Amino acid sequence: MPLANINDSEVDIVIGALQSDLTSFMNEWRTIFSRFHLIIVKDPDLKEELKIPEGFNFDVYSKSHIDRVVGSSSSIVFSGYSCRYFGFLVSRKKYIVSFDDDCIPAKDSKGFLIDPVAQHLANLTTPATPFFFNTLYDPYREGADFVRGYPFSLRNGVTCALSCGLWLNLADLDAPTQALKPQQRNSLYVDAVITVPSRAMMPVSGINIAFDRESVGPALLPALKLAGEGKFRWETMEDIWSGMCLKVVCDHLGLGVKSGLPYVWRQDRGSAIESLKKEWEGVKLMEEIVPFFQSMRLPQTVATTEDCVIEMARTVKQQLGPSSPVFTRAADAMVEWVKLWKAVGSGSSPL
Amino acid sequence: MAQPSSHVTPPLKDELDIVIPTIRNLDFLEKWRPFFQPYHLIIVQDGDPSKNILVPDGFDYELYNRNDVNRVLGPKANCISFKDSACRCFGFLVSKKKYIFTIDDDCFVARDPSGKEINALAQHIQNLLTPSTPFFFNTLYDPFREGVDFVRGYPFSLRGGVPTAISHGLWLNIPDYDAPTQLVKPLERNTRYVDAVLTIPKGTLFPMCGMNLAFDRELIGPAMYFGLMGEGQPIGRYDDMWAGWCAKVICDHLSLGVKTGLPYIWHSKASNPFVNLKKEYKGIYWQEDIIPFFQSVVLPKECTTVQQCYLELSKLVKEKLGPIDPYFQKLGDAMVTWIQAWDEQNSPAQKAEAPVAGVKKN
Repeated sequence: MPLANINDSEVDIVIGALQSDLTSFMNEWRTIFSRFHLIIVKDPDLKEELKIPEGFNFDVYSKSHIDRVVGSSSSIVFSGYSCRYFGFLVSRKKYIVSFDDDCIPAKDSKGFLIDPVAQHLANLTTPATPFFFNTLYDPYREGADFVRGYPFSLRNGVTCALSCGLWLNLADLDAPTQALKPQQRNSLYVDAVITVPSRAMMPVSGINIAFDRESVGPALLPALKLAGEGKFRWETMEDIWSGMCLKVVCDHLGLGVKSGLPYVWRQDRGSAIESLKKEWEGVKLMEEIVPFFQSMRLPQTVATTEDCVIEMARTVKQQLGPSSPVFTRAADAMVEWVKLWKAVGSGSSPL
Repeated sequence: MAQPSSHVTPPLKDELDIVIPTIRNLDFLEKWRPFFQPYHLIIVQDGDPSKNILVPDGFDYELYNRNDVNRVLGPKANCISFKDSACRCFGFLVSKKKYIFTIDDDCFVARDPSGKEINALAQHIQNLLTPSTPFFFNTLYDPFREGVDFVRGYPFSLRGGVPTAISHGLWLNIPDYDAPTQLVKPLERNTRYVDAVLTIPKGTLFPMCGMNLAFDRELIGPAMYFGLMGEGQPIGRYDDMWAGWCAKVICDHLSLGVKTGLPYIWHSKASNPFVNLKKEYKGIYWQEDIIPFFQSVVLPKECTTVQQCYLELSKLVKEKLGPIDPYFQKLGDAMVTWIQAWDEQNSPAQKAEAPVAGVKKN
């Protein structure tokens, strides 16, 4: 993979710690993580001290840091999976790669250990092709190209701003789906990276992602908080919401989103049936969220990521707000996030 | 050769025709025998009609040469290309079946990574008989596949999907590159087996390759016209592209799905890139205008059938693309002729009769 043009020092790996003992997690990732700087953000709800093994270059942020920077009256809640956004905020690197703390490196179909960081960076540093579908998938991969019939003027592609990876073993299914098939595990390794076409909406899973912080940082935002949000992915929609916003921004600004490789191995954790008993709200909300985002068109005059988010927040409040306070709170959080980003997220001095 | 271990009725045996355009011979059918023999073939013989094309024994087929095309369509035969594989769409026209699978005569059975031979026809049937999901992208690809599902966040109201109109397969070995790419990378072979089927999202166009393609004739047949190519025409190797752009726009309008990915076939023959370049070169710069045209087409909601959509498209082609070259006026007219021919050949009275035969043997 051509990574000669990326310096390890341009990358931060951000991990939201929802479990306190990260020893085995970090050891599984050691050969891949040890080259990079890590930002580990501890879930503010976690009481125990974090256990992190030796040999890594990392900074830890916890509740006290978050409170100091954000203040207590914020409409943004950094608990649970959303704690990682604090890491995105304080990073000063061009690229961020982020994994859930219940994922470890997977093996490909030939049995080799996959380096998902390298694959994400390859995805981000080769163009995306959102305006016309290439039937041989990513034309920039070794051994592939644009097919006959692909317009030449579109072959330069656009900057890829987001790379969405996938999961072997426990796939990112919602609670009802996994509960119906409790034994189902994902063993299908699909050897492709695909640009998600412009105007096609998709559910972005936060479990295994990477993005160009410089281009779209403000659009990855902790905004949608379910009333019953919990510490399992089955009990959240924060990443799905963030991803919808991000896709609209990318489509508007002419940036690309890729999906597919790399895979990580997601460990079994929790019970879909238990989560199902708790919470249907997310599933119901998606019925409104999807048509809303599918029809969202930002005015031409909106030209920066921050302004895109502000404009989207306004529309969310206006059109979705009336149907649920969850949306009003999300809109407020989006506006607050941009303010926070401008105050803390940009600029050169780290926290 | 793969053989079924017990007698299993092949799916859609009496509902699917296999359409094969050929100018050389049909030796390749020998390799496909276990998979194709139960099905009816429609052979469209291009080029010199006096040449005798041998069909291997044991296949049930109709064969049409240029004389047959002229006889069946009369003056409307001018919409069917000559000396180009675009003539295959004549086979779509005269078929009486619900489904079509079309394949080129230089395409062979591929093997999956485990070494098992791929039954491409069975995979296409599976693709066509399961819904598509064009309104929201599923990151795990085809959710109707065994062991796969919709991901978290996929709205339940969209999980029924829509009927699949087209199944677009891929190729191992010689990839479907245009002439310039072939010239730059003459040795590149596609060795990557991507184990996925996915729905192409609504509003997104794609380059449809006719080498390994299946479709539901009842849902989208009239849109699968492969244009005016070959002899007497300024362009070649854009027949399937043209059909794909028209068909996708119409599928999007009528909420029908288009899938791409599996199955793979083994494409054995690399055509001459210099010959290809001569055929394609107008297409290469015309497509810069053609693509934005298709991307901006909005079909009126009064167009509720494929034929109505297609006729509307033909008007827009003449209006918007006509200024680029007189070819598009001719093409627009040919599109109308095609629909007339389609309606004639597929009227209820026609469907009740025996198929109009070329040479039919068992």
